[in-house]
Amino acid sequence: MENVIQRQAVPMELEALMSKNRQGKIKIAPQNKSRTAVKLLIAALVFITAAAFMSFDFQGIDFAGAVSDTLHNIQTVFLEPKLTRDTITGVFYQLFVTFCLGILSTVLGAFFAFFCALLCAGNLAGSFSVHIVKSMVAVVRAVPTVLWVLIFAVSAGLGSVAAVVGLTFHSFAYLTKAYAESIEEVDPGVIEALRAGGAGYWEIVFQAIVPSAITYMVAWTFMRFEINFTNAVAMGAAAGAGGIGFNLFMAGSFYFDLHEMGFLTYVIVIAVVLLEMVSTRVKKKVK
Amino acid sequence: MEEVRNVFRRRKITNTCFFAGMILIFAAASMVTGFHVADGIRSFPAAAEWIVSNLVPDARALGHLPKILDRLTETALLSAAVTVLAAVFAFLFSLLGSDILKIHWAMKRMVRIAAAFFRNVPDVAWAMLLMFSFGQNILTGFFALFFTTFGLLTRAFVETIDEVSSSCVEALEATGAGIFPIVFQGILPSSLPGVLTWVLYMIETNIRSSTLIGILTATGIGYLFDLYYKRLDFSSASLVVLSIVILVLLIEAVSNKIREVIM
Amino acid sequence: MALLEFQKVSKTYDNVTKALTDVTFHLDEGEFVSIIGPSGAGKSTLLRCINRLVDASEGEIFFDGQDVLKAGKKELRRIRTKTGMIFQHYNLVDRMSVIENVLHGCLGRKSTVCGMAGIYKEEEKQEAFEILQEMGLEGQAYKRCDELSGGQKQRVGIARAIMQKPKLILCDEPIASLDPKASKVIMDHLKKINETKKITCLVNLHQVDVAMKYSKRIIGVSAGKIVYDGTPENLTDKVLHEIYQSSTEELITDV
Repeated sequence: MENVIQRQAVPMELEALMSKNRQGKIKIAPQNKSRTAVKLLIAALVFITAAAFMSFDFQGIDFAGAVSDTLHNIQTVFLEPKLTRDTITGVFYQLFVTFCLGILSTVLGAFFAFFCALLCAGNLAGSFSVHIVKSMVAVVRAVPTVLWVLIFAVSAGLGSVAAVVGLTFHSFAYLTKAYAESIEEVDPGVIEALRAGGAGYWEIVFQAIVPSAITYMVAWTFMRFEINFTNAVAMGAAAGAGGIGFNLFMAGSFYFDLHEMGFLTYVIVIAVVLLEMVSTRVKKKVK
Repeated sequence: MEEVRNVFRRRKITNTCFFAGMILIFAAASMVTGFHVADGIRSFPAAAEWIVSNLVPDARALGHLPKILDRLTETALLSAAVTVLAAVFAFLFSLLGSDILKIHWAMKRMVRIAAAFFRNVPDVAWAMLLMFSFGQNILTGFFALFFTTFGLLTRAFVETIDEVSSSCVEALEATGAGIFPIVFQGILPSSLPGVLTWVLYMIETNIRSSTLIGILTATGIGYLFDLYYKRLDFSSASLVVLSIVILVLLIEAVSNKIREVIM
Repeated sequence: MALLEFQKVSKTYDNVTKALTDVTFHLDEGEFVSIIGPSGAGKSTLLRCINRLVDASEGEIFFDGQDVLKAGKKELRRIRTKTGMIFQHYNLVDRMSVIENVLHGCLGRKSTVCGMAGIYKEEEKQEAFEILQEMGLEGQAYKRCDELSGGQKQRVGIARAIMQKPKLILCDEPIASLDPKASKVIMDHLKKINETKKITCLVNLHQVDVAMKYSKRIIGVSAGKIVYDGTPENLTDKVLHEIYQSSTEELITDV
């Protein structure tokens, strides 16, 4: 290793700037802890994945057989979709019901989120209120949507009321965070100017904050609507909330009708893709 | 002055129209779904009471704790393993779907359509489809989550890669580097932090999704909740909720710390 | 023989937009040539045709005796190692160290495996350090590129290009995002490289005064065509008017 260093005469002052590793090789990685952190994180994730597969109880399943069955079923579902039990109008009506569930939970969530966001934006509220609201939102978000629905189903019974309220919880938490971020991006000069002019709190909110942040808020709300629609499908299936999700559940778990499942799945996919396209367009317009 | 007044009047009119429209849509949607605001409000006190009275687990619930923790660990490991595997596939796939490697446009289009398909087929549909062949096995949940996660991550990675590395890819191309050095020396180092942030986020999301799938396919922590819930053993059910909340918050806290360091 | 030769090169995007029309010129070894013209005139496209980051639609390009447009994958990579490139937005890998970015200059010469893993020889690392020293950045070698200022980033970009040991350096608006002081540093470095290392430089600029100060030959491009090719002294107001399609007074305030 000595000879490597001596082969070329490097000026002393340059030599002094090079860091070397134990073998005397020149290091080139940045002296910054983020790269080590990335490596450690990847190692940890790989380790957890390996540990997961070792710990799983596969119940001695015939894997090859199951896979070939699955492929066969996938073929039936996606290549031979057919409506056998329901009518086309019925399906579209149920799709509309799901759509409406999405609308209700988005509107309610947005309404409550707006006021909570005012309490949670760093440039409007005190640090105490920001802290409290943020923690509350984090807890609300941590409970899976389906559990919210089922908790409310204890008092309201399974159905649209429990579904809407349960779905609202998550969109409320999501939108509070998103709105607060949009509000924090409002130019502080605008708020200052109004405050200097003697404007009160609600005047500042409605004359400065809302007009400046409204475009972002609309984009976020739309994105949330897309998510709420998908969630409403899932709630229909798992928590009896009605709509097309319930049809899907009945076709899959009650009638074992793969053809109908395929048809319903396609209807849902097309609806979500259309919503996604609208929301991308809205996002682009806002940016 | 007249003009200023007009502007304000117009704004007032649009605002009024907007709110009236919202209320109309809300009312129509309520009618279609059979939702009543009054019932919604009425359900709150009862739900709050339910939460408060079951917040502190009773002796029977505590007896179930080892079982709950066992299933919770399984769910956490499942979510992490699914996300990591899906991320590996999604990253390879998203290289083909991104703008920067100048692979044939048809390939790019195909990748994007496939990703859209996988993320938009509801995980519920995957779960039921897989139930037929895999039964009440952990692999049912695994694959159901895998497909959606794969679709979501592919789109996210394509965006991350395009956003982060297009400029350095051009420069590396100009030095005469081949495709593999470009990927490993340019794309990977610049997109990894973004990619890992997505992975951490998806692990957290998948814990919640796997609860839902568990209820449908009678596996994992979701099944346990459903079981206690249907037996009206609400204290134990509440303990399940509590344990999920703690796990999710824990993961969120850890990933926030990690994000700070790797960014 | 000329180092670079363009013969009636044209480029159309998507079969409609014409970016270059019948561009013919040549560069001799050791020259320092500026290309001026309004934005959207095709300067960037012209530069990128040389290392085929953009493929020309018609015509012939010869670089160092080789037909660029007919080159296969391997030959193209060899051509690219012989042409360094400097970008307006520096195009560095922001999250890697300065020294790693300089070493990226030798990726074209390395085997795929070594290139992938970022394994470099000790001589290469020493050379990279020496180039950094020439650029006055030896103290920043282990910093991450996103910690540097714009002028420093551009110097890293130059160091990466020199690391390639190129015959020709293509500079695409190298000072367009920099303040006047940093711009002067960058242009002085380019001039020095040209004089001491005998590397030919082809520089896209939109500041006419800078072009006139640093280069002995200026090419004026307007709407995809070469409208001027000569010394700075002959670059009259009339010619400038033709290049920028605007009145000279406007232009002078612009400059």
